[in-house]
Amino acid sequence: MKLQEYRSKAILERHGVPLLAGITATTPDGARDAAQTIGGAVVVKAQVLVGGRGKAGGVKLAATPDEAAERAGEIIGLDIKGTTVKTVLVAPAADIAHEYYLGLILDRATKAITVIASAEGGVEIEETAKTNPEAILRLPLHPLIGLQEHETRRIGFFLGIPAELRREFAKVMRGLYAAFVESDADLAEINPLVVTDDGRLLALDAKIVLDDSALPRHPDLEEMRDLNEEEPSEIAAREAGISFIKLDGSIGCMVNGAGLAMTTMDLVKLAGGEPANFLDIGGGAKQDKVTAAFRIILDDPNVKAILINIFGGITRGDEVARGIVEARAALTRDVPMVVRIVGTNSEEAKPILAEANLITADSLDDAAAKAVAAVRGAA
Amino acid sequence: MSILVNADTRLLVQGITGREGEFHSTAMLEYGTNIVAGVTPGKGGQTAINGRVPVYDTVAEAVEQTGANATCIFVPAAFAPDAMLEAADANVPLVICITEGVPALDMLRVYHVLKQKGVRLIGPNCPGLTTVDEAKVGIIPGDIHARGPVGLVSRSGTLTYEVVQAMTDAGLGQTTCVGIGGDPIIGTNFIDVLDLFNQDDETEAIVMIGEIGGEEEEKAAAFCAREVRKPMAAFIAGRTAPPGRRMGHAGAIISTGGGGTAESKRQALEAAGIRVADSPSHIPQLLRDAGVR
Repeated sequence: MKLQEYRSKAILERHGVPLLAGITATTPDGARDAAQTIGGAVVVKAQVLVGGRGKAGGVKLAATPDEAAERAGEIIGLDIKGTTVKTVLVAPAADIAHEYYLGLILDRATKAITVIASAEGGVEIEETAKTNPEAILRLPLHPLIGLQEHETRRIGFFLGIPAELRREFAKVMRGLYAAFVESDADLAEINPLVVTDDGRLLALDAKIVLDDSALPRHPDLEEMRDLNEEEPSEIAAREAGISFIKLDGSIGCMVNGAGLAMTTMDLVKLAGGEPANFLDIGGGAKQDKVTAAFRIILDDPNVKAILINIFGGITRGDEVARGIVEARAALTRDVPMVVRIVGTNSEEAKPILAEANLITADSLDDAAAKAVAAVRGAA
Repeated sequence: MSILVNADTRLLVQGITGREGEFHSTAMLEYGTNIVAGVTPGKGGQTAINGRVPVYDTVAEAVEQTGANATCIFVPAAFAPDAMLEAADANVPLVICITEGVPALDMLRVYHVLKQKGVRLIGPNCPGLTTVDEAKVGIIPGDIHARGPVGLVSRSGTLTYEVVQAMTDAGLGQTTCVGIGGDPIIGTNFIDVLDLFNQDDETEAIVMIGEIGGEEEEKAAAFCAREVRKPMAAFIAGRTAPPGRRMGHAGAIISTGGGGTAESKRQALEAAGIRVADSPSHIPQLLRDAGVR
């Protein structure tokens, strides 16, 4: 789960990272009040989870409170890569003398929390990795003892942190590490970390991505979820315990298992169709989940057919078939459905499905072809 | 021969009295797996699965009493890291963790502790493994297999069953099928299993099922080019997956920088001389083309 800048900063501040937190606002008046409270020049920043907000006009300077209100009026409601800006962060402006990149990631290759540092701050680290890979330090931390002082010193020297700010840098590094570990992050980055003209070290922008698997033990962080930036159908799916990602095609997919769900999408494409979604219904294909999955898929008006692919294994195929038929009977919208069930009693499943006018398929390739044909027939 | 588990495996099940543990232990026993013990703290002295399996309070006690040499973990995600550490502490040499949703930072610590102890971990978030007609450990359906010359390794669950079924239907049996799990931090990776298959006399050909995310398939491809002379076929799921989104599995994500795509994995495998199927159903033919009988 990605956190907004202001939320990420709140977590870092709690762990002692020096920064200018600022105040959030959802209206121009609110932004004026915030600028008034802060005093002096401010920067007004769109709070969106997508990247590239600066280029999209989502970050603007303001010298006075009235100007802050004006800038906020321009930014709120702005569409940035499909996300409408609802909230801005009004923060004190800083005169930047130098920018750095400082991040921690959970690196799957080294199986360690790994420091990523670069003296080329303010640009995306992926960009630096392409253009100037030598400018990046990657330092895996010991998984059992964590960040050590000598490592912090080494990172500071690599970045060229001014001598008088080294103690302050240690605070940044310790705070970033503590924030990462204590909130179970996948990624925590400060970009840029800056030295200001008046010699302060500050985190000007921050991003934290949390490990979804660890969220159950962080109810306080779960509350930081930004529902504004999620598809309503994806929110409904999460509440139903279904793994779902909306796409742009016309063939809805309902599958058990993530790998098989991706494969089903791939085969729809290979057969000449476009998948409307990724959907993993989980083990067992229980009826309440099938019902919820139907609703979520059919909520998308682009969906012209549904492909249901259940590899039952030890789940009984005839039970799954009955569940599908019953769930479908309760739907308000109907589209052609192709069902492929493998597993115990899958032969017994076929007459049940056929009787309910569902298209049956023996193989996944066959199911994908039939779903594509159904969409073409409907068009 | 085969790899990792066989008829001599003496299996312990942690969480045997839970709903999942009981259900799948029953299926494992039916398959012929030698389950010698179960562990559920507080239920020591009882039996599970209709009196067929003695239950102990601790792994150490179960190992001492029964000589268990492998464990299969079905406990909920919040307790799974502790269960893996308990198994390692009792010197169980092979730990298979089925549990999904284990926090990554917990896995980091567990991974390194188990590695230091020389314990082999498979998973978490995996379907387990089956050595055909000898031992089924985990949740892979038993009836999809037939014994034969092909070893299979996969990051997925039901997709693995799909491929196994296709091979069995085509008359291509398997030695061992291993699901290594879909999480970012897993105990055993592709290369570990490919190396075992490569050294196994009975395994004549190898099938590898990958998916988007990370670079393990690319590394495996390089390993195969260097070490493996047995015929291989592969499938990579997620060609239509959008970047930056986690496709169900915690580890299945194309980075926003463009790394970990199905295409890059396919290219790496093909560069290593491994044919990559467009559909799981094409795997048997690719194996036949490579000379597998």
